[in-house]
Amino acid sequence: MNGIPRRSDQGEEALPETAAAERQQNSPWTPSSATPIAATRSRAGDSREAPSQGRAVVLADLNAYYGKAHAIKGVGLDYAANQVTAMIGPSGCGKSTLVRCINRMHEEIPGAYTTGSIMLDDQDIYGENVDVVAVRRAVGMVFQKPNPFPTMSIFDNVAAGLRLTGGRRGGKRENIKDRVERSLRGAGLWEEVKDRLSEPGIGLSGGQQQRLCIARTIAVEPEVILMDEPCSALDPIATLKVEELIDELKTRYTIVIVTHNMQQAARVADTTAFMLAGELVEVGPTERIFTKPSDSRTEDYVSGKFG
Amino acid sequence: MEAGVISRGGGSGIPKRSPRARLADPAFRWALTAMALGLVALIVYFFILLIVKAEPTLSHVGVLSFAFSNNWDFGGEIFKAWPLLVGTLVTSALALLIGVPIAIATALFISELCPRRMRIPLTVLVDLTAAVPSVVFGLWGFFFLAPKLQGTAQWIADRLSFIPIIGGGHAAGPSYFVAGLVLAIMILPIVSAISREVIATVPLDHKEAALALGATRWEMIRMAVLPYSRAGIAGASMLGLGRAIGEAIAVSYVIGGNATLIHHIVEQGDSLAATIARSFNEANANQRGALIACGLLLFVLTLVVNFVARYFVARSTRALRAPPAAEPVASGAV
Ligand SMILES: Nc1ncnc2c1ncn2[C@@H]1O[C@H](COP(=O)(O)OP(=O)(O)O)[C@@H](O)[C@H]1O
Ligand SMILES: [Mg+2]
Repeated sequence: MNGIPRRSDQGEEALPETAAAERQQNSPWTPSSATPIAATRSRAGDSREAPSQGRAVVLADLNAYYGKAHAIKGVGLDYAANQVTAMIGPSGCGKSTLVRCINRMHEEIPGAYTTGSIMLDDQDIYGENVDVVAVRRAVGMVFQKPNPFPTMSIFDNVAAGLRLTGGRRGGKRENIKDRVERSLRGAGLWEEVKDRLSEPGIGLSGGQQQRLCIARTIAVEPEVILMDEPCSALDPIATLKVEELIDELKTRYTIVIVTHNMQQAARVADTTAFMLAGELVEVGPTERIFTKPSDSRTEDYVSGKFG
Repeated sequence: MEAGVISRGGGSGIPKRSPRARLADPAFRWALTAMALGLVALIVYFFILLIVKAEPTLSHVGVLSFAFSNNWDFGGEIFKAWPLLVGTLVTSALALLIGVPIAIATALFISELCPRRMRIPLTVLVDLTAAVPSVVFGLWGFFFLAPKLQGTAQWIADRLSFIPIIGGGHAAGPSYFVAGLVLAIMILPIVSAISREVIATVPLDHKEAALALGATRWEMIRMAVLPYSRAGIAGASMLGLGRAIGEAIAVSYVIGGNATLIHHIVEQGDSLAATIARSFNEANANQRGALIACGLLLFVLTLVVNFVARYFVARSTRALRAPPAAEPVASGAV
């Protein structure tokens, strides 16, 4: 154990070789080597010195269905590592559905399924033999409504992911305290809660609750963080704090943020993708999307003609 | 102007209702109040009647001695019901111990794990168990379960013989153990049905939060579902306990009818309700008084269980709702 996790590290989470090889064959990207999901996650004890890095996510011909309803229609999209990408578009265009495909939460809805592929670096998260649990640990999610566990203290909320069977691999149990503190610091919440860690998480204000949820998500050290309108239930000051936090987080994580607020996209995102009726209309540097979009529908939307 | 009943006040203003119509609400309220009071009166009357009828026995034996002394000889008219009280507690505790985990597992399976199209058939199946008359459970327990289980019970008793009461003894057919088992099956539908309802109220938010952290299905249940529904499940179990304590017929078939203080759960025993059901018909006046005193004891026991249950449910519900969001959102303390 040399303390520095490498991408090629063969962790316990390594997928069966055959599955990886198969994916390699089927993959149009012909990756040089199959990377097991979550294999980059640090091993016991070394997590402190070596923060995780974000990973690139590539969607190819992604379709998502709710039963017969076709909610995402053939989307192809690259999320660059350690960048913030905003998903914008009118309500009901499929933003939430799309991001929920990236951590395989979409399939939790009865009758829902996807086709196409999502590559996390060079591994298809929808490939055969891929462990859904491992995918979700590599791709964390923050929801629209702050949802700390109501029966748990602030501390336990952050530690929740670490106490899962999958979580213990990331670090020794004694480390939990350290990791909770680090995650709360990472979420900019430590100073506010350090003296009341044993109080219930739902006693915090809305903005604090959302940052608690962010702390809970980063505690398991994912590589990608999905945020589905994380500020829509927050007041402007709380929103600002979360936006500042997103800016800090991108040094360590790849971030996809859904927002219906175009100012927010302009403030936080390096790249912005515009969706309409389940299709990706346009994607590009945020600045260009808002100043000179190439598609007239994008222009109409960002200039406020609809949505 | 034809001032009809409805518009006596003339064509303008608020139309007046007829006196009859205006009476409807108060009458309705009055009727409901009367019914509620009637119910309370009935319970009080019932309680007093029990006390009056039990009084000769109780004053003869002494209240504490009746409940807590160990000597029950029905034929010999010695009425110290401690063995029966313990029998009731033991069989009910066994019923909870065996029944509640199975009921919760069933509820979790139906609401969280099983394929959607199996959900309704399974629900109906479990609920139907509640419709089986208790005498049928009693007969089934006596003729089928008790003989079949005798060997197994003896084997378990031998293995656990180092534990007092739970282990050891000579397995009879009918026994505390079989009675507990039959009761467990009988309380299963109600405990399971209520647990299922409670589990269905767990917000999707919390379940998704757990799954998104990389929880397996079981971890999601442990992290989000069970803590949230704890109070409701406790309440469901207490309802089950109430049923187990009061069940007379089925238990009278399978407990053996031996009113000595319990030595081993695989041996024969008796319970308050079972004794009443079995002996009431052939009882003389003294014996009747004693059985009514048993009924009173049962009543008090049920009340105590109910209050304790309420206390626990209220406490765990409070823990869940806990403090309101600390500051108003706009205060800047975010
Ligand atoms: N649970 C669901 N079941 C069926 N259809 C759904 C469900 N959730 C969303 N949809 C449909 O999928 C489409 C995209 O929804 P969504 O991804 O929530 O949009 P957005 O997040 O952009 O507002 C909408 O037409 C919506 O009606
Ligand atoms: Mg949405």
